[in-house]
Order: sequence, then C-alpha cells, then structure tokens
Amino acid sequence: MANWIPLWVHKLSSPPNFYRFAGTLRPWALVLALLLGAVALYGGLVLAPADYQQGDAYRIIFIHVPCAWMGLFIYGVMAVASFISLVWRIKLAEVVAMESAPIGAAFTFITLVTGSLWGKPMWGTWWTWDARLTSELVLLFLYLGVIGLYHSFEDRRQGARAAAFLAIIGIINVPIVHFSVNWWNTLHQGSTVRILGPSKMSSEMLWPLLTMMVATKFYYIASLFGRVRTDLLSMESGKDWVRQIAAQESQR
Amino acid sequence: MSAFSWDSFIAMGGYAAYVWPAYAVFFFVLIADYLSPVLRRRRDLRELRARMARQSARAQRAPSSP
Repeated sequence: MANWIPLWVHKLSSPPNFYRFAGTLRPWALVLALLLGAVALYGGLVLAPADYQQGDAYRIIFIHVPCAWMGLFIYGVMAVASFISLVWRIKLAEVVAMESAPIGAAFTFITLVTGSLWGKPMWGTWWTWDARLTSELVLLFLYLGVIGLYHSFEDRRQGARAAAFLAIIGIINVPIVHFSVNWWNTLHQGSTVRILGPSKMSSEMLWPLLTMMVATKFYYIASLFGRVRTDLLSMESGKDWVRQIAAQESQR
Repeated sequence: MSAFSWDSFIAMGGYAAYVWPAYAVFFFVLIADYLSPVLRRRRDLRELRARMARQSARAQRAPSSP
C-alpha cells in the first residue's frame, strides 16, 4: 500500500477490524435512520400542508426525492470505491463497491416506481421517455449490470474487477441524470431544493424532505455495513477469526 | 392547521391510491434490502460450521487409524 496513507486506515481496512468496527456502528446508524425517518414522515405526511396545485399527491416527494438523491450518491460511492479497489487492490474497497450496488439499485427502483405513481395523477401517464426518466432508468440498468457482471465470474475477485470497470465508466450517467432537467426540455419538474441559494419550497415542506435525506444516508450506512460484514465473513471463511465467530454463534 | 382526523389522513385528498402504494414500495424494498444479508450471513455460517464439524471429525479419525 502507498506509504502516504495513514496507518489507521490500513488497520481499519483489515477485514477482522472492519468487521468489528462496522458491527459497532451499524445499530446506531439504523436507530438514527428509523428515528429521523419517523420524524420526517410525521412532518411530511401530517404536519406539512397540502400543495396548492398538487393537493396531497405531492407527499410522494418525501420518499421520491431522497431516494433519487441516494441513487446518485451511492453510485458516486460505488465508483470511487471501485477506483480505489482497482488502483490499490484493497479488498475492503472492492467489497464496499460491490455491496453498494444492490442498495443503489433498490433506491433507484423506488425512485422509478414512486415517480410513476406520482406521474399518473399529475401528468396523466405512468411512464414517458423523457430525459430525466430515461437517464434514471439507465442508472438502474447500470446498477443491475454491475451486480450481474460481479456474479457472472467463477472467481469473485475477478468478477469484482470487471464490475468495477463498468461502475467507473457508468459514472458518466450521474451528471446526465442530475442536469437532464436543465439540458433538455422535459416533463419532469426542475430542481426544487438547491445547495447554493434559496430553495423554491416552503420550510414546512423542506425540513421533512431534508430530514428524510439524512435518514436515508444513515440507512445506507446501516445496510452497507451489514452487507460488508456478511461478505467479509464469506470471503475469509477459512480464517481463524471467522471460525471463532461461527463457533460462538452456534452456542447461542 | 385543522384538527387531525384519521379519515382525511387515509384519504390523502383523494390521492390515497397513489400515495400509499408509493410508501408501501419504499418500505417493502428497504426491508427486503436490509434482511437479505442477514439471511445470507446465517446460511454462510451454517455451512461453515458444517465444514468445521467435518474437518474436526476427520482430524479425530486420522490419528486413531492403524
């Protein structure tokens, strides 16, 4: 490993250490996700007023938009972890990249389905080949491609390497999804929430949305850590530390 | 804000058929995502224990054989 990387990173990235680290943090991340998610749902479904144009149908936004953000965010994490795994051959980066793909696919799937359920009453159609919708569908196919490629090799690490290449190439779709509403004339509405400058949304609607965004981030940590732990166990199943865990869990 | 009523909450201003399925998909998919590694982990460890049991059985047999 390159010598400019601090020692603690090196130590943490060893499978038994990361297994313990992830095991300690995961319940906290899950509790925070559930608490913040419950608060956000209460704010979004009960406290926030109905929209003056869309009535109560707009309430789908409180899951649709956070899931769409997660779809893009997780793709970014997956691509960066893929790059690290290809350049430095760190096993943990490989596992993070490959286990991020199903979570990202789940969020992208939710985005497409909830968008469809929102589109029907508002646009009059479940689906249209609009730039935003099409690029989001491509995002789902990229995730499925990464998952499929990973599992299509007999040797797991070879599969991970091939899938990492696809993940890195596919990153080009992320800005396309994000800017599609500005670049093309689409049916999908433009961004309502902005990082820079004021958002075009009342604070009663904005805070539940942002709270749900934080909740989905914590959910991602909880889900990813659970998946990484499972993967580390099966990758290292010949090692002593895994055998000890297997023996301990049979006593319970 | 007017007083909370369950009926109007469930009705979602007439959009219940769109809003509630959206939330159902959200929860269903995330619960499935969360449980899948739990089940995989349980299966992996069970297989590993079976392998360990076979190995220790073989190790016990080997020294006593003539």
